[in-house]
Amino acid sequence: MAKPKTKRKLSALLLAGATSLAVSTPVLSAGEFDGVTVNVMTFTGPQIAEPLQRRAPDFEKATGAKINVITVPFSDLYSKLLTDWATGTNSIDAAVFAPQWAVDYVSPGFLEKLTGRVAADPDLKEDDIAPFFREFSQKYGGDTYMLTLDGDFQMVYYRSDIFKENGIAAPETWDDYIAAAKALHGKDMNGDGSPDYGSCISKKRGAQAYWAIYSIAGSFLQSQGTSQGAFFDTETMAPLVDNPGFGAALDVYTETTDFGPPDEINLDVGDTRGLFTSGRCALTIDWGDIGTLAIDPQSSSVADKVGSIMLPGSKRVLDRASGEMVDCDANSCPHAVNGVNRAPFAAFGGWSGGINAAADQKVKDAAYAFFSHMSQPEQSNADVTVGITGFNPYRLSQFADTKLWEEAGMSKAAAEDYLGAIQNSLNSPNMVLDLRIPQNQAYQQVVLDNAIARLLAGELDKAGTMAAIKEGWDELNEENGVDEQLEVYRATLGL
Amino acid sequence: MAPTRTDRIGELDPAPPKFGLAEWIDQQTGKLFVLPAVIILLTFAIFPLLVSAYLSLTKFKLVAGGFDLRYVGLRNFKKLFFGSQQYHLLGTFDAFGPFEWAVFVTVIAAVVFWFWRFFTGGAFNVAGLVGRLISASLLVALTWLILATVFGGYPGSLVVTLFYVFVGVGVQFCIGLGLALLCGQAIRGRNAFRIIFFIPLMVTPVGIAYMFRMLADMQRGPLAYVWQWFGLGEFSWAADPWTARLVVLIGDTWQWVPFMFIVLLAAIENMPRDQLEAAKIDGAGGWQIFRDITWPSIAPVAATIVLIRLIEAFKIIDLPNVLTNGGPGIATESLTLHSFIAWRTQDLGGSAAVGYTLLFVSTITCVSFFNFIGQRTRKTEA
Repeated sequence: MAKPKTKRKLSALLLAGATSLAVSTPVLSAGEFDGVTVNVMTFTGPQIAEPLQRRAPDFEKATGAKINVITVPFSDLYSKLLTDWATGTNSIDAAVFAPQWAVDYVSPGFLEKLTGRVAADPDLKEDDIAPFFREFSQKYGGDTYMLTLDGDFQMVYYRSDIFKENGIAAPETWDDYIAAAKALHGKDMNGDGSPDYGSCISKKRGAQAYWAIYSIAGSFLQSQGTSQGAFFDTETMAPLVDNPGFGAALDVYTETTDFGPPDEINLDVGDTRGLFTSGRCALTIDWGDIGTLAIDPQSSSVADKVGSIMLPGSKRVLDRASGEMVDCDANSCPHAVNGVNRAPFAAFGGWSGGINAAADQKVKDAAYAFFSHMSQPEQSNADVTVGITGFNPYRLSQFADTKLWEEAGMSKAAAEDYLGAIQNSLNSPNMVLDLRIPQNQAYQQVVLDNAIARLLAGELDKAGTMAAIKEGWDELNEENGVDEQLEVYRATLGL
Repeated sequence: MAPTRTDRIGELDPAPPKFGLAEWIDQQTGKLFVLPAVIILLTFAIFPLLVSAYLSLTKFKLVAGGFDLRYVGLRNFKKLFFGSQQYHLLGTFDAFGPFEWAVFVTVIAAVVFWFWRFFTGGAFNVAGLVGRLISASLLVALTWLILATVFGGYPGSLVVTLFYVFVGVGVQFCIGLGLALLCGQAIRGRNAFRIIFFIPLMVTPVGIAYMFRMLADMQRGPLAYVWQWFGLGEFSWAADPWTARLVVLIGDTWQWVPFMFIVLLAAIENMPRDQLEAAKIDGAGGWQIFRDITWPSIAPVAATIVLIRLIEAFKIIDLPNVLTNGGPGIATESLTLHSFIAWRTQDLGGSAAVGYTLLFVSTITCVSFFNFIGQRTRKTEA
């Protein structure tokens, strides 16, 4: 509801006085941004773009600011933003992107610092944002540059009804995952009379598939806690990709293809989600989206038939000193449960909104107000329960009460299962942090993605794949400076 | 003595006019009229070419307020031909077996024979020798590359591009010629056939790529039931390198056959009728008429359209990009798509180096085709 004009002016003045000149009120006020257009770029949806596009007209009615959502393919997003901002074109005022890319946007000064704005924005309820997203995803170098709109952890989903029918327990290890996929592959799981698939994992090149390999590799490579890191040696910056641990992950990854759809290597996450929610897959690896997509009555045939678990783990882990795989014990796997080392992967880090520092002040104000509006519990609590949004829970209040989820159509048991899996990941002391060093997009989206695609195409064997990733990452380390990269890498791990 | 021509001109011509500004402007008019075209050409063709050449020798990095270009010499080319990107451009090599050696030795022998004929044919000249040396070097190098990567190894974007170019253009030419010969006959409804055969050329390549992606989807596409009936429901063409390349080739062929068809049909219809009628009266068969009358008549046109298609085919990008995204792995990546993907990932130096490699290969191939095949068809016609 619009506030009286005098009250609006007064509150704006008070806030302006209380914060720096660059900080403005986030409170929605009618006509406050009349004539202002904010160009917001994100990836071609429908996920992520959908809630932005859906809420933009309401925001325009409330404030006068026109939000123009521009979408580009995921593989182009990083470069489009960097090119637009670095060349001074500045046609993009704000963007919703991967927080791990912020390192390349913050250092040259392209992103607006939001620390002051967030501090002066009670409606954002920042304390309600889970600490991982609030302190890690949103921040760089101690300052806030992004607003989290989505919470991201990769998890494993399984068909609880099919597993129960066949007397199979939810997988604890990747060996269990393979065994279950093998046992269920070829069974009719949606009642259409045709055989279905044991495992569906998005493996498309140039899409969002390359995170899955680290979801598997994490538990083989990292066992001593989050600060150990899973990408590079924290003393030498040597890539941790040419060792038996990464090799074991590649074995699991390639073996899942035997129990997947025939064109799995060309499936994007949208495709595998569609297959899973239409009842064609026994297992999948995905972010939190499956949980809410499964309760969509329009497209899902697996409502209340889905189990969610933290990523499976391994009973053998890499001993970095010897370079060999060793059995889990109190020393090698201090965080293991039942002898299984698990390392949930905070893949991507959650879609977050950042603002172009070079945009006009009024545009920046409007962009912040829009992101704040999207993130506030009133909007966010609804959006995270809808599958099409691509937004997953990231606020403490969203985990605290299952009523929110029950109202959205999830059973209490399913909600507890789903939220529990995310919370277990969030609270794990052995969480794998996503790579957040300069040019991380080149390390992952170019080198890693390319090598994995060649492995799946049969062009490379396991050893060749590990060698290709190592060569590519070493080359990038050399180009960017080994010491500089190491320093940033250690800082992201809190070392 | 009879007056010379110079004398006569001297007698008839008045004194040369005084050279003034108007005359100077008059003399420069031609240049002035040409200047806009030259400027446009320099701006949009030569300048980007020079900038690309420089880019290929640099490392590009976006920094605050613009970009930084660091000169790295031939490092981008070294990376592509001998370094970490060799697999991408040239492919992964395998040792030669007996078959590969046999083919390679045959090609070398053919090249030697070609040079022997050139030296002994009485038409030797230095420019011809240089041209032949360049063409022969490229032919031998590409033959080695194809043999080392296709049979056992794994082809890179260069060999994949050559596959699209030579196999694609060859198939398109054969089908186009066949359809043109059919529609050149006095058959009922031939005008309708001409329109139908011409339609694919009107569709944008991206549209064609999406259409083929939909049609070739064996699980969810409109033809899924047909594929399943043939037992191909669980087969993924996109997961196999050669079937993926084949589907790209089919899409490209579907698009470009009409171009071949329409031009060859025009050439066939413009043939002198008297020769054809005389041949028929003399009892010549269909094959004889084609070999001795039709082909010599249309050969120059055929050579020209093949040349045009060769140049175009080297630049193929839309179909592999939309159909397969270059996959599986890098199996369907053409040089242009390779360059585009490098550009998209901020590797502008690498992208320009791939672009220049494409420029060298396509230019030498097309100029060789023009000199050694295209020119010969004209001589045959003469």
